[in-house]
Amino acid sequence: MIKVEGLTKRYARTIAVDNISFEVEKGQIVGFLGPNGAGKTTTMRVLTCFLPPTAGTAQVAGFDVLEQPIEVKRRIGYLPETPPVYPEMEVQEYLTFVGRLRGIPSSDIARRVREVSERCAIADVPTKLIGKLSKGYRQRVGLAQAIIHNPDVLILDEPTSGLDPKQIIETRELIRSLAGDHTIILSTHILSEVEHSCERVIIISHGKLVAIDSVANLTNRLRGSEAVSIEIESDGLSQADVQQRLEQVSGVSRVVPKEARDGSFIFEVESLQGRHIRADLARAVVGAGWNLSELRPVGLSLEDIFLQLTAAEKEEPVAAVHGGAQ
Amino acid sequence: MSNAWIIARKEIKSYFASPIAYLLMAFFGLIFGFGFFTATRDFVRFSFQSQMMGRGMPMNVNEQVIRPLLGFASTVALFLIPMITMRLFAEEKRTGTIELLMTSPVRDWEIILGKWIASFWLYVCILAMSAINIGLLFAFGKPDWKPVLVGYLGLLLQGGCLLAIGSFISTTTRNQIIAGGVTFFVCLLLWLLSWFTAFDTAATSQVVNYLSIVTHFENFSKGVLDVKDVVFYLSMIFFGLFITSRSMESLRWRS
Repeated sequence: MIKVEGLTKRYARTIAVDNISFEVEKGQIVGFLGPNGAGKTTTMRVLTCFLPPTAGTAQVAGFDVLEQPIEVKRRIGYLPETPPVYPEMEVQEYLTFVGRLRGIPSSDIARRVREVSERCAIADVPTKLIGKLSKGYRQRVGLAQAIIHNPDVLILDEPTSGLDPKQIIETRELIRSLAGDHTIILSTHILSEVEHSCERVIIISHGKLVAIDSVANLTNRLRGSEAVSIEIESDGLSQADVQQRLEQVSGVSRVVPKEARDGSFIFEVESLQGRHIRADLARAVVGAGWNLSELRPVGLSLEDIFLQLTAAEKEEPVAAVHGGAQ
Repeated sequence: MSNAWIIARKEIKSYFASPIAYLLMAFFGLIFGFGFFTATRDFVRFSFQSQMMGRGMPMNVNEQVIRPLLGFASTVALFLIPMITMRLFAEEKRTGTIELLMTSPVRDWEIILGKWIASFWLYVCILAMSAINIGLLFAFGKPDWKPVLVGYLGLLLQGGCLLAIGSFISTTTRNQIIAGGVTFFVCLLLWLLSWFTAFDTAATSQVVNYLSIVTHFENFSKGVLDVKDVVFYLSMIFFGLFITSRSMESLRWRS
């Protein structure tokens, strides 16, 4: 449905998006993840034909954003970061205006406005001025505006920013309910949002693509290198000795001393990619005659993965990781 | 084309949903009414005087009341036009709604044309306030209606061309005050151009003089409909809207 190849967008002095390629299948929900200023909004603006790319191509439903922008725009619903609403208009009036602009035949408009109002839970305020609505309502009006012409592709730029927790949950549910009929790209810098509503994640940082994979794969792949917290009773032992012994266990990549509490040492041990080290660790500790008091896996959350990926990106710019499910 | 109409209708509603349209109409009605009052009072006084002196000078309502009044209206319009156009694009750029328009399946020129039509319609409504006064002249006298019509046509054309320039300036900034200020300055400049060149016949002065919008309005206010002037105004309108579309385009590229 969406195909981006070698997309680059350069502003006067900075490169906002640097050679990004990805594809999104029909009906998928894709999370666009990255720290602030990573180039998420710029990429979305290129896809919506608001900005032309400096280099590379972007296609939506087979139409190029540069060559056939009108065709692309017909098939896209876009909710920018701040909902593009006119405060002096009434909700119904505004939706009617947008509907007309998107080419809905005038016989259908009233019906479509009613439908999206109900779907976005704004049917109770049809004649209220948008300027007088709360932030949550305004966001939902923005969402209603994006889906009024029943577009193939929905592009949502931080759809839950600035909402209260209840509204965030409602918005997420709404987005999930839209998933069947629409291909959705939503950007966010909140990771839990991706875990909740997306099937695939595209992580970008400093304008570069860092990872693209399904949420499950991404978590698994980075869990592939296991992290284990191990606690050993310390009677008469030196921390350095214990650390040295642990490092000798096969499959261990790194041992980080965490804590030396009364009577025990705590280490965090990380494995090499794809190795299971818990059994070996336990054997080594017991074999050395020490008392093992705790051994438990530490799961890497999406947060850790994200930090790991975006930090690695900063250190070595070539370390782009591409996942299997492309 | 129907898209331009959709946008125009929305813009007109916005104008009349805020106090700006009513303020401008009231402001113009008041000032024009004041001008009308002075002009007719003086006209009546002069006609009495000339009768008392027995000289019987021919008095003409068209020449002595309507023509200066229309010239006056064209000057007042210079002050009103920045207030009409300043919000057109600057406001949308500030609130981000321009993103809605530019990502809808609408062509740039349709957006621009729609906004220009809306501003022109407001301008027509403002000018209509003067019709009350001119109507009084027709009710109590017998002025010739053709020069009046030509004069109004001139006002519309001159306004249309300043509105086009104003909308261009509005696309260049996201600050309404700046858009309004610069538009006012440009209007004033185009008006003053005719002063600089009043008594000079050098070629450059002729060109500058030609560019002054006031020079072209003079013929209209006399009731003379000259194709040359109409073409000047129409091409200025076209030029103004054209650079507006270029400016919108560059907005995409620079962002």
